[in-house]
Amino acid sequence: MTEPSLKEPDSSEKSVIQIDDLSLTFETNDGPVHALSHIDLSIAEGEFVSLIGPSGCGKTTLLRVIADLERATGGTISVNGVSPEEARLHRAYGYVFQAAALYPWRTIDRNIALPLEIMGLSKKEQNSRIAKNLDLVNLTGFEKKFPWQLSGGMQQRASIARALAVEPHLLLMDEPFGALDEIVRDHLNEQLLKLWAKTNKTVVFVTHSIPEAVFLSSKIVVMSPRPGRVHDVIDCGLPRDRTLDVRETPQFLEIAHRVREGLKAGHSYDD
Amino acid sequence: MSDITASSKAPGLPEEWREPLIWLAILCTITALFLPLAFLAGDDGIAKPLRSPSGLCVMLIAGAIASVRFQSWLGDLLLFLSSHLTAGILLFMVPAYSGAAGWGFWLLLISSWLLAWQLVSRLSAHRLEGRLQTLLDLAIPIIFGLWLLLLWEMVVVGAGVPFVLLPPPSQIGARIAESLPLLWADFQQTFLLGVLPGYVIGCSAGFVVAVLVDKVPFLQRGLLPVGNMASALPIIGVAPIMVMWFGFGPGSKIAVVVIMIFFPMLVNTVAGFAAAGNMEKDLMRTYAASYWQTLLKLRLPNAMPFIFNALKINSTLALIGAIVAEFFGSPTVGMGFRISTEFGRLNTDLVWATIAVAALAGSTFYGLIALIERRITFWHPSARG
Repeated sequence: MTEPSLKEPDSSEKSVIQIDDLSLTFETNDGPVHALSHIDLSIAEGEFVSLIGPSGCGKTTLLRVIADLERATGGTISVNGVSPEEARLHRAYGYVFQAAALYPWRTIDRNIALPLEIMGLSKKEQNSRIAKNLDLVNLTGFEKKFPWQLSGGMQQRASIARALAVEPHLLLMDEPFGALDEIVRDHLNEQLLKLWAKTNKTVVFVTHSIPEAVFLSSKIVVMSPRPGRVHDVIDCGLPRDRTLDVRETPQFLEIAHRVREGLKAGHSYDD
Repeated sequence: MSDITASSKAPGLPEEWREPLIWLAILCTITALFLPLAFLAGDDGIAKPLRSPSGLCVMLIAGAIASVRFQSWLGDLLLFLSSHLTAGILLFMVPAYSGAAGWGFWLLLISSWLLAWQLVSRLSAHRLEGRLQTLLDLAIPIIFGLWLLLLWEMVVVGAGVPFVLLPPPSQIGARIAESLPLLWADFQQTFLLGVLPGYVIGCSAGFVVAVLVDKVPFLQRGLLPVGNMASALPIIGVAPIMVMWFGFGPGSKIAVVVIMIFFPMLVNTVAGFAAAGNMEKDLMRTYAASYWQTLLKLRLPNAMPFIFNALKINSTLALIGAIVAEFFGSPTVGMGFRISTEFGRLNTDLVWATIAVAALAGSTFYGLIALIERRITFWHPSARG
């Protein structure tokens, strides 16, 4: 990929995503729905940012606006210094969906090859990226399996490998572990954290789980519904090489408490 | 465990003696002993009853009882021998009593059929290893099919059903054997020159238009309703017009086939293209995939189960279309031509022979496409098993 305009060797504090006064209104038959209202947010390179909030707070919509899967109706947003559409056309991000969305007629390695085929990479480059990223998510040896022959956790790991194979600097994840049981989820959270530490990517992660958000993030964005807006932005100072044990520490509990308070306060009790 | 097995056993006869088909067969055979096998015209012109052969009856009863006694392969073999020997002897005798068969004949036929039924149900329960099981799986439908033909033959000949109404299978078979060149020429004309080109043209046209409809929204709203109307056109009305336009040759048959199968292909392909999930489509969007990349790598493979549905439906529709079209004008060869002219000449055996060829060709065609489908849509939940 060549993106000279996207990778200016600026300071590490350079913001990857800059959102100012962003609004999104869906026109429906029952009148307009304000999915996002006057959002201001800045995400710096190398950060792990979680968007947390109750259903309907617009956290997934915000992620989809960043990915250019939805268009904002007001305000400005830039991704890597350009519009989300340009960023998408430059394949600036990898997107992980709520479900694995692997294509059932392709084996695991062919699924990971899918974006690489679209990018027009050489067969050799494709194969080396497939091997590298399967290894990164501990799926080596499952290349020739079909998605429906794997467990839900393995499928989601394969979909993460597929997003990483594009080699983006930005990873957008929409409740990727929401459908998995807690034990698998803990395990994958730990792996994701290691991956983040190893690759130094910028991650935007949508979740509705407080422990997950606190454990993973360097910054937590608490959102509230109707209309969707940012209620609080919390910086977590947990060490980068933390393990699941960190969840027992007072510091962790304190941040979790602040997130919970934020969710409570932001929740309008009109329903 | 032991309680359950104990309570599931009903009192009375032991397990292996509870085979109602066998007892019914024995009852039929005993009754047959006292009823005439057939009525043969004597020298004086008065029909005289002919007694059922008691040796045959005794053999049948002995075989039946022995098969109950031996639940092993020996029993199966005894069942096979007694039912098929009886049927064979009846088949050998029946031409002599054509139209004059008595109750003894029918009861013997019923009891040998019941024994064969029992044999098939016993065979279906067997579980064997590897190749033997494959052979058994083949043997069961063959025995079943043979008995259908056997009963058809015996009923038609024994009851003296007029030849024009329904010829016996033996006569149809003989007719097929002696008219092979004729049937082959008909098959070539109808299937190879009419059905196959029409099928290929109709299916590809349906597919190409489906892609166009998908790409151009205007067509989706304009063409689909019109196509819907076209598909409702009665084939009987369209066929003579096509013959007028394209002549007596294969051209008009191809046209009729295309008209018949175009729309099922179009609708199924359009539905298949629309069936791709939102998440899978969003995924392609995040890769900045082009329209054609998304079509080739996501929507086409995803539509395959729909497309194969249309291909299967069309394989039989095409054959029907070509045969019906020949009723309205064709050179003096072709399956539809043969059916209509030979029926007019009351050569029903040749009509049936042509029907048999059409059935064989149609089901082979269908089976071939189903086989390809299984290889291509192996990933679909319905095929995964």
